[in-house]
Amino acid sequence: MTVAYHHKPVLWDVDYDAPANALVAIVGPNGAGKSTLIKACLDLVPRASGLVEFWGSPYRRVRGRVGYVPQRESVDWDFPVSALDVVCMGRYHKIGWCRPVSRAHKRAGMECLARVGMLPLADRQISQLSGGQQQRVFLARALAQEADLYFMDEPFAGVDAATERAIVEVLRELKRGGKTVICVHHDLQTVAEYFDHVMLINMRVVAAGPVGEVFTRENLHKTYGGRLTLLAEAAEAVARAGGGGG
Amino acid sequence: MSPVVHNFLQLDAMPLAAGLLAAVLCGLLGNFLILRKLSLMGDAISHSVLPGLVAAFLITHSRSPGPMFIGAAAAGVVTVGLVELVRKIGRIETGAAMGVVFSLLFALGVLLIEQASIPGVDLDPDCVLYGELSTIFWFPPDTWGGFLSLDTLGRVPRQVVTLLVMAVLATGFVVVLFKELRLAAFDPALATAQGFHAGLMHFLLMLFVAAATVASFEAVGSILVIAMLICPAATARLLTDRLRPQIVVSVAIAAASAVLGYLGANALPAALGRSWSLNSAGGMTVAAGGLFLAAALFGPRHGVVGRWVRRRRLEGTVAMEDVLAALYRRGEGAAGAPTRAEVAALVGQRAARRGVRLAEATGLIQQGERVVLTEVGEVAARDLVRRHRLWESYLVTEAGVAPDHVHDTAERLEHLVVRPEGDSATDPHGRRIPSQADRT
Repeated sequence: MTVAYHHKPVLWDVDYDAPANALVAIVGPNGAGKSTLIKACLDLVPRASGLVEFWGSPYRRVRGRVGYVPQRESVDWDFPVSALDVVCMGRYHKIGWCRPVSRAHKRAGMECLARVGMLPLADRQISQLSGGQQQRVFLARALAQEADLYFMDEPFAGVDAATERAIVEVLRELKRGGKTVICVHHDLQTVAEYFDHVMLINMRVVAAGPVGEVFTRENLHKTYGGRLTLLAEAAEAVARAGGGGG
Repeated sequence: MSPVVHNFLQLDAMPLAAGLLAAVLCGLLGNFLILRKLSLMGDAISHSVLPGLVAAFLITHSRSPGPMFIGAAAAGVVTVGLVELVRKIGRIETGAAMGVVFSLLFALGVLLIEQASIPGVDLDPDCVLYGELSTIFWFPPDTWGGFLSLDTLGRVPRQVVTLLVMAVLATGFVVVLFKELRLAAFDPALATAQGFHAGLMHFLLMLFVAAATVASFEAVGSILVIAMLICPAATARLLTDRLRPQIVVSVAIAAASAVLGYLGANALPAALGRSWSLNSAGGMTVAAGGLFLAAALFGPRHGVVGRWVRRRRLEGTVAMEDVLAALYRRGEGAAGAPTRAEVAALVGQRAARRGVRLAEATGLIQQGERVVLTEVGEVAARDLVRRHRLWESYLVTEAGVAPDHVHDTAERLEHLVVRPEGDSATDPHGRRIPSQADRT
């Protein structure tokens, strides 16, 4: 698959088959297209070419089985909703159009808050939560989706140590439950500890596979070494030429 | 039916109803504009409907309300689409895009009118700004029973009927799609990922805003439309922190603004014995602004006055606790109880003034030649010092802060209700941590 913004390609020829029942990290430098990759999988940004399939089906057929945790900064945390309200948003697909959130769904939301240790703060307005607590609310919302596959965009960004441990615990619990989690991750130190598989990208897939085989010094150098890769230069050239690419 | 009631129904009921409905309609939809930071969309739409009106006239050669409404609503939708387009291709923020689009469309409308030299159409700026509320009147039936006849209902002014229909539709829209609208406003990406297309929700909302603007525009003018799309929702935002109550409160505020504004513009001058009355839409707008100002000043949580009072109170508590702790520490040493001037030297002039006054008023200290703790004061002071030293030892042992850096942090933390667990007998400086079992 290839993705382009304003005719400027940001991801080239991504060809990847995610393993089932694993924790996968997407790693790469800023601007490598990590978030874009997730968004393109979920049809949130148009793909210039290529195909994404989930268990052999297009995304729109399997929305209920795929969970999504956007970056924490992507929403307005002054929004007038409580932590529980946000968690229940994860169940809207199950609830369906035009129906209110029933008591049973609220109870399910409370259980998800309990799993991330946020039960006492269920009724707080979200602006009154710390960054780590907000991230836990997002995680609880993903749990509320009861999906089989999760995409998480930087769930560990800017959280305290306790929240990081809580998130890792939830990820492992999901894996024990047979789920697959694909995380954009920025902390190279913890990749090997938290994840089974890793996908190194910098506008294209540099390497992908089990952490033990792929997460090598050489591959990391290929991913991060040199600010401008050949592909970035090519993209610049295409953009300068008037935007025929993509 | 008494003549007074009949007079009211004939002259005031319909303008009031039109203002009320327009206010409630715009106030309701305004909540979602504020949440999406698109507050000025109403402003943009109310200006750019002009070319739509002219185009509808040129096509149908009539000024009948049906085509006018369709033309204006279409122009509203085009505005929304163009704003989005200009924002994307111009890579500018939404506010700038709105400015580009609506000024351009408005000017286009003016040029169209001039070019087509449409007879009998004149642009009356007053009318555009403030509407024609005072020209809406009704011939009510002479008896109460007459209200039930179809004939009476048929005489209800068109603007009021349009506004009523729009208000009912918009309420239905918000009630039925509340959950989807909230999700799309909060997290468009998740909404789209879950199959509630955020772009579609945005389009539907904008369609309603355009229709509401057009329906209100003729009766109440653009100023009231813009004010009602922003003020009630902004006011409610200051008073609540949940969306559902916010919407209910905003609608109530919009209705209150309409009634207060109407009374202020019409009944008030009459009550003062004046023969003139003010513009009703203007009165309603001023009322909406006044209510916002009142909420900003006196709102319980975010109000300026409330915040000031809470801060004063907190400062007072901190000053008093500082005085108590200073007296206790002094008592630990050999020096006797300090004089008032010595207290000021220990905690600062300002803190001493307020702290001593508060502590004395609550019976925690006694002031004669020297300032001494009472028995109750001693207990309170010991607890404070205990909290301070527990924090100090917590900061050193658990948080790894150097012992000579902990005092200032502990000085702030000691005023909190939370305290670290701990049973150490001395603080990092080797001073005894007073225990709760200590007796005076």
